[in-house]
Amino acid sequence: MENFFNDLINPNNFSEQIDIQGFKEDKLFYFLRQMMLIRLVENKLASARRDNIIGGPVHLGVGQEAIAVGVASNLNKSDRVFGAHRSHAHVLSMGADIFKLFAEVLGRDSGLSRGMGGSMHLWDQPNGFYGSVPIVSGTVPLAVGAGIAASIQKTNDIAVSYFGDGAMEEGVVHESLNLAKITNAPVLFVAENNLFSSHMHISLRQPSSMLSRFAIANNIPYQVVDGNNIVSISNAAKKLINNLRNGDGPGFIEAVTYRWYGHVDWREDVDVGVNRSNMDIKKWKMRDPILRLKKALLDKNLIKENEIESLENDLNSAINHAWSKSLSAPFPPKESLLSRVYAK
Amino acid sequence: MQNKLYNYGTAILSAFEYLLEKYPEVFVMGQGLWSPWYVGNSMTNLDKKFGKKRIIDTPVSESACTGAAVGASLAGLKPIVVHPRMDFMLYAMDAIVNQAAKWSHMIGGQANPCVTIRGIINRGGEQGAQHSQALHAWFAHIPGLRVVMPYSVADARDLFIASVLCKDPVIFIDDRWLYEQEDTLSPIVELDLKKEGPKCIATGKDLTIVASGYSTLLAMKAKDELEKYKISAEIMDLRVLNPLDSSPLIESIKKTGRLIVIDGGWKNCGMAGEVIAAIVENLDLNHFKSSPQRITLPDAPAPTSRELEKIYYPDVHKIINMSRFILQ
Repeated sequence: MENFFNDLINPNNFSEQIDIQGFKEDKLFYFLRQMMLIRLVENKLASARRDNIIGGPVHLGVGQEAIAVGVASNLNKSDRVFGAHRSHAHVLSMGADIFKLFAEVLGRDSGLSRGMGGSMHLWDQPNGFYGSVPIVSGTVPLAVGAGIAASIQKTNDIAVSYFGDGAMEEGVVHESLNLAKITNAPVLFVAENNLFSSHMHISLRQPSSMLSRFAIANNIPYQVVDGNNIVSISNAAKKLINNLRNGDGPGFIEAVTYRWYGHVDWREDVDVGVNRSNMDIKKWKMRDPILRLKKALLDKNLIKENEIESLENDLNSAINHAWSKSLSAPFPPKESLLSRVYAK
Repeated sequence: MQNKLYNYGTAILSAFEYLLEKYPEVFVMGQGLWSPWYVGNSMTNLDKKFGKKRIIDTPVSESACTGAAVGASLAGLKPIVVHPRMDFMLYAMDAIVNQAAKWSHMIGGQANPCVTIRGIINRGGEQGAQHSQALHAWFAHIPGLRVVMPYSVADARDLFIASVLCKDPVIFIDDRWLYEQEDTLSPIVELDLKKEGPKCIATGKDLTIVASGYSTLLAMKAKDELEKYKISAEIMDLRVLNPLDSSPLIESIKKTGRLIVIDGGWKNCGMAGEVIAAIVENLDLNHFKSSPQRITLPDAPAPTSRELEKIYYPDVHKIINMSRFILQ
């Protein structure tokens, strides 16, 4: 597994089309559509942030779309998904309304969190997204609790905890892995290893870059996957989630990926990145999860160039419509400053 | 049945039993729950009666366990986390302060972490700095948390039930120095925590003493002593520290004109200072016959040596002296 992992973190590898054999067309089209939607939404947020239309920070995950889409393709709306600071993809992959996401990022009352959370505190429980917060690792134990709750409630639902390689350095993640295992809680830990925490490369932060070593330490079944291969993610998640639903306790996916933008907002952060160069970004863009799926679909004659173009146009027009609607949506009423501190 | 004598610990036990029997969504997690000696007599045999699935004795992981309880509450349960000693609860501050306290507001009122976090004050006996702390003022500082600190045996049971049934996160703080207090209890009536607050538990005309938890017990003992000096003290038990409703306190000062606040926490930025400020800023100064005073811990960690312990904690003697001083 370590050899495979070392191949994965080398940006010269895995830029070819992905192997889509065994996947139904409609599933593949769904993957493509979802990943493109997330990409276009995040690029919209990037430009609006650059233009200062969005006032607060946005943590963009462009380049990492395959992970959320691949995992979510195996989830139900009654499952309990927790995100972190970089979670637009996580909430959209569960089916969140793009208008509500935009309205939230713009601090409007009709937003996902009623304009009280912004990009970093997202919530869409009706779609199974229980929440995201920017305290690194803050939601990891919450997901374990939602998993423990699922087993007390005797449902078949599972909890999902998305976190990054930086979170792995927080003590509570280790407590959470241990707690989930010892209570046999149905929790899928999804470690998105994009090799950077803020400005700093993982090799400068951890003695080994493979996060799964902690799954091994806690005796939790795990998979190391190419995080830019939607088919690998979906397959790995499917296998682990089936086991979770059968009562076999937690599972762990380590998805190796890379973010195209910097830690926060629209810049590439080459100037603040330790071990982050233009050349690396260029190579990782060759491993674009969307491009690799497109190549495969085109190669197998499952889709035509002009069909992809027209899909992109449709998505863009839906995005532009939602965006202009959110720009004119009302802000939270002044009394909400105090009225939402405690439950009604 | 109504004449059965409870102590503070068994009153809490009866609250657990009531909640676990009546509400299937209630479950408990914390360290020592399968052990007979961790939490006094306040949780005896709950695991045998309700099963280890609902009474979870946990790994030594305050942070993850408290966070897990918050997560379980978001998933529709009513979890109770038990920290047998409050000092260790500091490991759980992210789950309490960043998560439990914030979710309602930052999610626009749509998510309510209805978790109860029971922190036990366990001090004295030369346990020293890290086995002694009473940190209620810290938690009372945080908007979004409700902080409950019962003194009476009845409150130990009834405010615990109210805390667990409340939709907000509640820090419920009980004190091992109160566990031997005894009382008979009337049948359980569920209270709405939002409507509970400071209460006058003994009337007087010369002086108002405000306290909470074990400090209220000291105040009650001091009241009896003060009678000998012909000083009639009114005792106000805070019960709920956050949100703090100062109006009953103000009514009492209007009557007595004198105020002493007793608190088992530190002085600087503490509960006693907050109580005084909340009263003074809402009451014309001509109601006061003397300056408000506070009796707290000195601003130092708890000592281990028994000779230092004797002078460290507020006691009845300090209250008598202060009361006589302001009545001079």
